[in-house]
Amino acid sequence: MKLTLKIWRQKDASSKGKMVDYSLNGVEGDMSFLEMLDVLNEELINKGEEPVEFDHDCREGICGTCSLQINGEPHGPDRLVTTCQLHMRKFKDGDTIVIEPFRAKAFPVIKDLIVDRSSFDRIQQAGGYISVNTSGNTVDANAIPINKHAADEAMDAATCIGCGACVAACKNASAMLFTSAKVSQFALLPQGQVEATERVQNMVRQMDLEGFGNCTNTGACEIECPKGISLENIARLNREYYSSSLKG
Amino acid sequence: MSALIKSSLARKVVMALSGLFLVFFLGQHFVINITSVIAPDTFNSWSHFMGYNPLVQYLLQPILIAGVIIHFVMGFALELQNRAARGVRYVSYKGSANSSWVSRNMLISGAVILAFLALHFYDFWFPEMAYKYIEVNPEDPTRYLVETAHKFEPMWRTLLYIIAFVLLALHLLHGFASSFQTMGVNNKFSSGIKTFTKIYAIVIPLGFIFIALYHHFNPITH
Amino acid sequence: MGILDSKIPAGPLADKWTNHKNHINLVNPANKRNIDVIVVGTGLAGGAAAATLAELGYNVKTFCYQDSPRRAHSIAAQGGINAAKNYQGDGDSNYRLFYDTVKGGDYRSREANVYRLAEVSANIIDQCVAQGVPFAREYGGLLDNRSFGGVLVSRTFYAKGQTGQQLLLGAYAAMNRQINRGKIKSYTRHEMMDLVKVDGKARGIIARNLVTGEIERHSGHAVVLATGGYGNVFFLSTNAMGSNVMAAWRAHRKGAFFANPCYTQIHPTCIPVSGDHQSKLTLMSESLRNDGRIWVPKRKEDAIAIREGKLKPNQLKEEDRDYYLERRYPAFGNLVPRDVASRAAKERCDAGFGVNKTGEAVYLDFAAAIERYGKEKALTTGIHNADKNVITKLGKEVVEAKYGNLFQMYEKIVDENPYETPMMIYPAVHYTMGGLWVDYNLQTTIEGCYAAGEANFSDHGANRLGASALMQGLADGYFVLPYTIGDYLSNDIRTGTIPTDSPEFDAAEKDVTDRLNKLMGGKGLHSVDYYHKKLGKIMWNKCGMSRNAKELQEAIEEISALRADFWENVKIPGSSNGMNQELEKAGRVADFLELGELFAKDALTRNESCGGHFREEYQTEEGEALRDDENFKFASAWEYKGEPKDAVLHKEELVYENIELKTRSYK
Repeated sequence: MKLTLKIWRQKDASSKGKMVDYSLNGVEGDMSFLEMLDVLNEELINKGEEPVEFDHDCREGICGTCSLQINGEPHGPDRLVTTCQLHMRKFKDGDTIVIEPFRAKAFPVIKDLIVDRSSFDRIQQAGGYISVNTSGNTVDANAIPINKHAADEAMDAATCIGCGACVAACKNASAMLFTSAKVSQFALLPQGQVEATERVQNMVRQMDLEGFGNCTNTGACEIECPKGISLENIARLNREYYSSSLKG
Repeated sequence: MSALIKSSLARKVVMALSGLFLVFFLGQHFVINITSVIAPDTFNSWSHFMGYNPLVQYLLQPILIAGVIIHFVMGFALELQNRAARGVRYVSYKGSANSSWVSRNMLISGAVILAFLALHFYDFWFPEMAYKYIEVNPEDPTRYLVETAHKFEPMWRTLLYIIAFVLLALHLLHGFASSFQTMGVNNKFSSGIKTFTKIYAIVIPLGFIFIALYHHFNPITH
Repeated sequence: MGILDSKIPAGPLADKWTNHKNHINLVNPANKRNIDVIVVGTGLAGGAAAATLAELGYNVKTFCYQDSPRRAHSIAAQGGINAAKNYQGDGDSNYRLFYDTVKGGDYRSREANVYRLAEVSANIIDQCVAQGVPFAREYGGLLDNRSFGGVLVSRTFYAKGQTGQQLLLGAYAAMNRQINRGKIKSYTRHEMMDLVKVDGKARGIIARNLVTGEIERHSGHAVVLATGGYGNVFFLSTNAMGSNVMAAWRAHRKGAFFANPCYTQIHPTCIPVSGDHQSKLTLMSESLRNDGRIWVPKRKEDAIAIREGKLKPNQLKEEDRDYYLERRYPAFGNLVPRDVASRAAKERCDAGFGVNKTGEAVYLDFAAAIERYGKEKALTTGIHNADKNVITKLGKEVVEAKYGNLFQMYEKIVDENPYETPMMIYPAVHYTMGGLWVDYNLQTTIEGCYAAGEANFSDHGANRLGASALMQGLADGYFVLPYTIGDYLSNDIRTGTIPTDSPEFDAAEKDVTDRLNKLMGGKGLHSVDYYHKKLGKIMWNKCGMSRNAKELQEAIEEISALRADFWENVKIPGSSNGMNQELEKAGRVADFLELGELFAKDALTRNESCGGHFREEYQTEEGEALRDDENFKFASAWEYKGEPKDAVLHKEELVYENIELKTRSYK
């Protein structure tokens, strides 16, 4: 098929960017979206132009590196997939596809379609862990039985890949779904209880410091999340936050 | 505690709590108003009670006004902050793919309701304040129905009220259930809460529309 | 013994590690604050090592090319992690895990290392649960286990199909705790360009900031390389796009021996290549072989008709199908080890029986499983005389509960419904057992330079068992390296900070800059991918699932020529000042072009078949691998001498005192 691509090009963080049109032939339905961009880049390189830079790594939907706002949606029109798993058969011959970086003040553009998501790392560093020494001298793994339902729920929250689609989709660029996933995982497990108060306070404080917006419960994040992380986690974060505020 | 006041979550709580308070007030307002259609004497006596009971006048009324102001001021402040959080705007943003129009446009429905409130105060609250505290008229427990019905005689006002009630319904459709999520309620009762809030968000404004139309088409002539 | 000293402690196998820990030197806590350690790579091994070293008190700097430590490719591991916990009471023990691993590795790994791995495996599970890793649990609240290929017990712990992700996020969380304490400084979007040696010891690295393009100097008293495997030398593999050999290869060029480069694991169940545009391959979990039956058509004309789309697989009658694994290996059937299953698929496709457009795919069919489960389900739910439709419906539900997420992934990629039509699969490069040679302490042949995880060669011999990679990465990172490195660092308590303005750093930085300039100065005929794909084709065709002397010799010559062409004619747009992904790729491919040749040379030298290394000249009459313990019971460690063809082989004889060497048989 033949496509028209409108792609955000920006030389570096301090330059002003703009949309640039490209037309691309010979795209096959079996290609993934990123393989389609590979084809474009190969053409650009052979023409002596600079290729379009975009983040990607595992290309199997788990590392969370790939991003891209495709036709106004993070990871494109398909559900429960990352951009690397989005296939071109979801598009038609003659389509125009608008490709932009994830937009948020807390995700500044580094180059073209690549953004800096280190704000996510800083939120995790503020408290996304259980303070246990890694020397191996812990109690036996089966010493504390954990209700299967709670363990499964913790796992569902823990599947977050940190891609930032929730922020990109949210009209407020809020990072609540991301932050709540980690808070929830630990809130659901007995091991996470000891530091629960400090954890939620510190992570929310860092989230605010990074300049993410406020959650207004539109639910866009849950729909666009490639891992289907549920809004229940945000409610749980809220509960954890209020109860920790009243305690502390 | 101090962290709570500064954080984004605290501001959300303020929105949710003030919103829930206003929702409650709305229900109470509706219950009184519907009596203007079904039991005019009750309407007059309840209205008179609300207008002259010192607890209502000097405690609840200021709280209500404060609630309205907080809800609006905070709403605008959050909206500004949220817009800033995006930074550079998208060239293409397909919000309809993942969220409802009402949830994304609470500012629009809210602003219309704010404008309506101005009209509503102009219509009822200011005259009432003037009647009681400036002109210092004597108490008249029978005047309320006539005054109310009289207001809905002009078509334009009835229409404006109807438009405002439609926007109010939209605002409630997202806001009511959303405030439960903000308060951390998302559990097995959630689908029940959602259904209840949907019914409430539609029935109450519809009721107000009915009352407005009723008085418009049944003018009280003396 | 030659110059290779494995430093295996004396004493009985089961006591070696404890004795060793009791006798090595320690660094006191106050002195640890004066010692800097550089960790390159933040996957399971690197992340775990960095967290533990920082917790012990060392000043740690971590480097990763990704934008966050959380994205290292350990995250993609699906199945699980082995540990000799014996929670199931099925007779598991440290010895049994040790034995299975050595046997699975076709008797080409070091006994003492593998035993230590088995010994610390149980600690890993305790550790990870304490960190909040949400492993799967039974209704009683205790940890659940599943079984994996090649063993007789249930010892695999898992977190859905995302065990690697959860373990990595555990290590990442442990790192974050230390970053928050200021004990780890994390450098993301940084690539190690070279190792710096001062007085023969590893004392730092030269790194490139991938955002600004700046070349940076970082010093430390020791350097840990936990940079993963080199499967991307094949271009197409299940590795991440950025996975590369650069750090290990730079260390190799500086004196670290590279061991067993030819030991590559080719995983039998991956989604086949769909066309020339393909950039990477996706693995479908090994667990599918529990229920899927693998087949190709019996008659070549049927295979051709299927390839041309004139015939559908479901139209082929039972007697016209060749269930070749069940035919060749009646005892193990579809559950033979990975290397055996992969070779058998290649054999059928090479003979012309492949079933997709490219002729490189076989069927993995769940129809029989659906029928079997459906009948069972019908009976247990009290439906007697169930008709075919009901059985199929019930069977599909059971299969969906077991493998739903994998089936969904397959459908997204291939656009075919695997419940209705058989899956197509083909082997793909997955893991590399070879890597930097290390001694028992995980130190390479460069003093102060350590290698952990997939980057070293130590534990898996010639073939790795399923669910053992995660175990090894975390064992190295959490429990082995932090102890053994202290023994070395105890000599450095008075050294003080290593200056970065020494002539050694000057020289190393100049080398890096010169190399970048040389890359940028290519004539500009072909893109980096052009060369990478060519290299991949040579590797796959001549150094892939089966190898022979003639083709390996050709490969050596072709790769050498391709390398010369690359340096002459590569085209890299943009500049080296600032972000330039083509330049990043070029540096990596340049090193693959050297490694690939050494790989072929190693395979050519090893005149036997073992594990993932199958030499066509060395097979039994039935086409099975023929090991030669008399002449090849050693690990090959290659010393860099300029061109790969000049590399010098050092042999580490493998001593088996606790296990008797046997021939693997799956008939």
